[in-house]
Amino acid sequence: MVNPLQTAILEPVAASGLFQMAWLMIAIPLVSAAFLLLVGKASNAWGHLLATLAPIASFGIGLALFFQLLGASVAERTVEVPVYEWIGVGPWDVQIALLVDQLSILFVLLITGVGSLIHIYSIGYMEHDERRRRFFAYLNLFIAAMLVLVLANSYLVLFIGWEGVGLASYLLIGFWQHRPAAAAAAKKAFVMNRVGDIGMALAMITMFAHFGSVEFAEVGKNAAQFSPLTATLVGLFLLLAACGKSAQVPLQAWLLDAMEGPTPVSALIHAATMVTAGVYLIVRSGPIFDQTPVASTAVVVVGTVTLLVGAWIGTSKDDIKKVLAGSTMSQIGYMILAAGIGPAGYVFAIFHLLTHGFFKANMFLGAGSIMHGMDDDVNMRNFGALGRAMRWTFLTFAMGYLAIIGFPFFAGFYSKDHIIVAAFEHNMIVGICALIGAGITAYYMTRLMVMTFFGRKRWEHGVHPHESPGVMVFPLVVLAILSVVAGVAMNSWINGWLVPAVGGEEHTYGLLDGFTEPIGWLTMGVVAIGVVIAVSVFKSVPKEAPRGNFLERAARRDVYGDDINNAVVVNPLMAFIGLLTGFDRGKVDGAVEGIGASTSGLGQVLRRLQSGYVRSYGLTMVAGAVLVGAVLILGQLA
Amino acid sequence: MSGFTAPALEYGHLAPLIFVFLAGTFGVGVEATVPRRFRPTAQLVLVAIGLIGALITTIGNWVGALAQPDTGFFIGVEGSLAFDGPTYFIWATLIVLGALSILMFGERQLGGGATPFTPQAASLPGTPAEREATALKLEHTEVYPLAMFSLTGMMIFPAAADMLTLFVSLEIMSLPLYLLAGLARRRRLLSQEAALKYFMLGSFSSAFFVMGMALIYGYAGSFDLGIVAEAITQGAGSYSLVVGGIGLMAVGTLFKVGAVPFHNWTPDVYQGSPTVVTGFMASCVKIAAFGALLRLFFVAFGGARWDWQPFMAVIAVLTMFVGAIIGIVQDDVKRMLAYSSIAHAGFILTALVGAAQGEAIMGMTSVSSALFYLAVYGLTTVGAFAIITMVRNEGGEVTRLSAWAGIGRRNPGIAGIFALFLLSFAGIPLTSGFIGKLAVFGAAWQGGFGWLVVVAVLASLVAAFFYLRVIVVMFFSDAGDEEDGVEVVMPSWRTTLTIAVALVTTVGLGVLPNLLLPAASMAAEFLR
Repeated sequence: MVNPLQTAILEPVAASGLFQMAWLMIAIPLVSAAFLLLVGKASNAWGHLLATLAPIASFGIGLALFFQLLGASVAERTVEVPVYEWIGVGPWDVQIALLVDQLSILFVLLITGVGSLIHIYSIGYMEHDERRRRFFAYLNLFIAAMLVLVLANSYLVLFIGWEGVGLASYLLIGFWQHRPAAAAAAKKAFVMNRVGDIGMALAMITMFAHFGSVEFAEVGKNAAQFSPLTATLVGLFLLLAACGKSAQVPLQAWLLDAMEGPTPVSALIHAATMVTAGVYLIVRSGPIFDQTPVASTAVVVVGTVTLLVGAWIGTSKDDIKKVLAGSTMSQIGYMILAAGIGPAGYVFAIFHLLTHGFFKANMFLGAGSIMHGMDDDVNMRNFGALGRAMRWTFLTFAMGYLAIIGFPFFAGFYSKDHIIVAAFEHNMIVGICALIGAGITAYYMTRLMVMTFFGRKRWEHGVHPHESPGVMVFPLVVLAILSVVAGVAMNSWINGWLVPAVGGEEHTYGLLDGFTEPIGWLTMGVVAIGVVIAVSVFKSVPKEAPRGNFLERAARRDVYGDDINNAVVVNPLMAFIGLLTGFDRGKVDGAVEGIGASTSGLGQVLRRLQSGYVRSYGLTMVAGAVLVGAVLILGQLA
Repeated sequence: MSGFTAPALEYGHLAPLIFVFLAGTFGVGVEATVPRRFRPTAQLVLVAIGLIGALITTIGNWVGALAQPDTGFFIGVEGSLAFDGPTYFIWATLIVLGALSILMFGERQLGGGATPFTPQAASLPGTPAEREATALKLEHTEVYPLAMFSLTGMMIFPAAADMLTLFVSLEIMSLPLYLLAGLARRRRLLSQEAALKYFMLGSFSSAFFVMGMALIYGYAGSFDLGIVAEAITQGAGSYSLVVGGIGLMAVGTLFKVGAVPFHNWTPDVYQGSPTVVTGFMASCVKIAAFGALLRLFFVAFGGARWDWQPFMAVIAVLTMFVGAIIGIVQDDVKRMLAYSSIAHAGFILTALVGAAQGEAIMGMTSVSSALFYLAVYGLTTVGAFAIITMVRNEGGEVTRLSAWAGIGRRNPGIAGIFALFLLSFAGIPLTSGFIGKLAVFGAAWQGGFGWLVVVAVLASLVAAFFYLRVIVVMFFSDAGDEEDGVEVVMPSWRTTLTIAVALVTTVGLGVLPNLLLPAASMAAEFLR
């Protein structure tokens, strides 16, 4: 169905005053990153402190701009800040400009705010790493790239940030390069993201060909001129891009492996910010998705499937970070689902994105704190009874837990409830899936809590858990507070704030809405059931993982994500090549290298043509001449 | 018998050619007269004078021509050279890239005091004569005049307005290169094999080219590109002569740009030649050959566009994919860059296929987008090959990819620069390679070849994978047992300068493409 609500069309006003300084938010961390990389070892002693100041400075500017916007009238809240002319030859004119509006400023605050906290946390977490300065430089680079992504005024500038965060993520996943698993995970993330980038490139080319511009404002104004087919194609291209970046089915497989990166990276990039870029992209592209019910439905389907698959994976992993990663996939699935619903869901998608950024970063950092105390162990079967040993970590983690399962008055209670209600209004099946997802979320998160903080000690010999230093606890406390209050604080406000920017219906939501609607009670009931089941099942946790039923076994293998990739893409190609050449399949471990492995098989075949003999080269040239002749003659006949 | 009329030559406009050619000629004189120990310096001074003079006169002439839009651009030298926008742009690019490449010819610090060239080409590899020549620290300073002669040919080739000049300049460009390719100091047999292969296959392709010329002459009755174009537009006579001529001349020029299936020489020659010569070939020859290819097909065969666009599209697809796919399995860095250069030839061919003219949405024609691409690709390429010369062990350069494992950890700076060049080849935004791809794909799109752009985007994805592979090896792989003393040697100012220029332009033109794009857009159309 075509949504009756309209998406807002951007009408930016020129920047003045403080807004002209917006580019500094990007420049400060970028310069800091370049400085740390260029100065080298000389800055080892204080580099991390400088790097921590950079996002704090950006946050300060962001906050000032936010208050400026708050004070401005609605019509003046979309501000375009020109930076410089990137390409200008004749009619081919690309301005690099930033777009500060209600949507992007929220992202800015999330990225720089949570980013600053994670920088502070990393001071403690990476204290003994000899490459700490480099780590902080990469984090700064990420912050800068992510800000480019959300502040871009056009798809092309967004794409610069898009590739930049990809690069930073690649560098940071593989940061512990001495681990083969880290290097493989980095590579996998890069390759799968490139698949998404094709979607982005094709979408941009199509827009450019139609409108001669890829600026959000221009595209938004003209999107109605797209033919339905073109609009659908562009929508699907954008969805492909979003799937790659946000780890949505079918490009989800990289996110679980990405947990090889240091835990602050998982918190910042693979939970709070970068992986939500797909949601941002779809919300920004609202005018296009308005034109295409097909692509919108595809978005809803992808979101729904991912929210279930991610939750499913979360139920059976013993690696605490992988449970959280599955959970991230699932929660982003909720956001994508909401974004797919159209203007009615955009605000909720962003609302959940923000609260999720707080509570998931909180829990990832908590997991990092636990690893810090448990000699970098991530296996929850070796945890247990940590609630007493690590008081602060436990308490803050508990706030995140209550937020994600949607305990009344915590952040997730508001943001997720809206999405489930909207899903029911959109389609009964989607609504039921979202509801079930909430139940599974409660189940796996309770399982995580029980296995980690309660029960009896299952610690490995010689492990003495201890609370982390204050520099790590402080960010946990701040994020825990946000996990509690963010929902209450934003619930009544965010709709009115965002609707002029992204579209939708002006409506004031009350704090007690969840208790007045049947769906609210239903959700709470399902969540309670999930919690009760988990508590009763995980009363005692065996040290060795039981074999489990087929659902659990599937979840442990990431719901066969790698196997499906292999079966659908890698193996058929390999078989085809094997038929041609008898090429040794055993050599190729397709799980990681997808495209690379299969095409390298083809490369081996083609390489045989490169025999080294001049006579065979000459023969190839003659064959080429014949080919040219044949095409020419065919052209004459046609 | 009538009296001999001296041809009217525009010496002022020929000045860049004269500078380069005279630098080469005097270089031969230096070899004959100057004592051995002064020759390297004398040659370097000559090359510097020649190239700086050529650059200044080129830019001066171009600026002068732009001031007179009606008469400034013309076909001169009795109708054999076109002094138009593309010519000036190509000349300026060739001179800069030639200077960066030739600068490295004299790099001694990397080779422990010896240049990258064999001390005495005439001595057989592995004989006492060779050892004696090495002990005496002999040097072939003839490489400088050879490079200058080749550069002369490269400058005439894309400017040639008639087919005879085209053919002669093709040979002037190629013959010195065949020699240069065989002069490597290390692994001499491989180098000589490369030279011989390059020579034989080059001659073979020239044969196709001349045969094509003959057919076209038979049709149009003239070698002049403009008259050929007119004849084709009028369409009188046997059109099969045109079709045959186009096909055969395409084979000859596509060979030089390294398009599939005429690419086979590229990996062998790139690998065997001295790396500094490979850098020269990969950047300069590609520009010259593409310039000539574009002029030939847009000016002479512009009227037969519908005939050649289909096969050029087929060749572009083949070139992109064969280059990208075989590149993945290469285990030698130089061979990998050879396949990379093949893939890039494919990307540039998409602009040729698009045949976009005039100011459309993107404001860049096929010609200007291809020239921009060639310039930025050439700059990055020179830098990449310069870095290859620095990774060495006792036996000289080490180009086995496995031996590069872990150099990113020991020399993060150099490996980081190389990674940046590779990212530019892969077309990541904020590098010059991204703008180049955007421009050529835009030109193909405007020409109505949207499907080709989609294919090209897919091919660039595959190609990105093999650049990534090198980055992974450099930064993430453990150094294996076979590293046998591989290290990154710091070079003298010559190589350092080349790398610095490449680095600054690769990043600079990605962030501020406007520094070069307007110049390329002024070279939008050939003069007919």
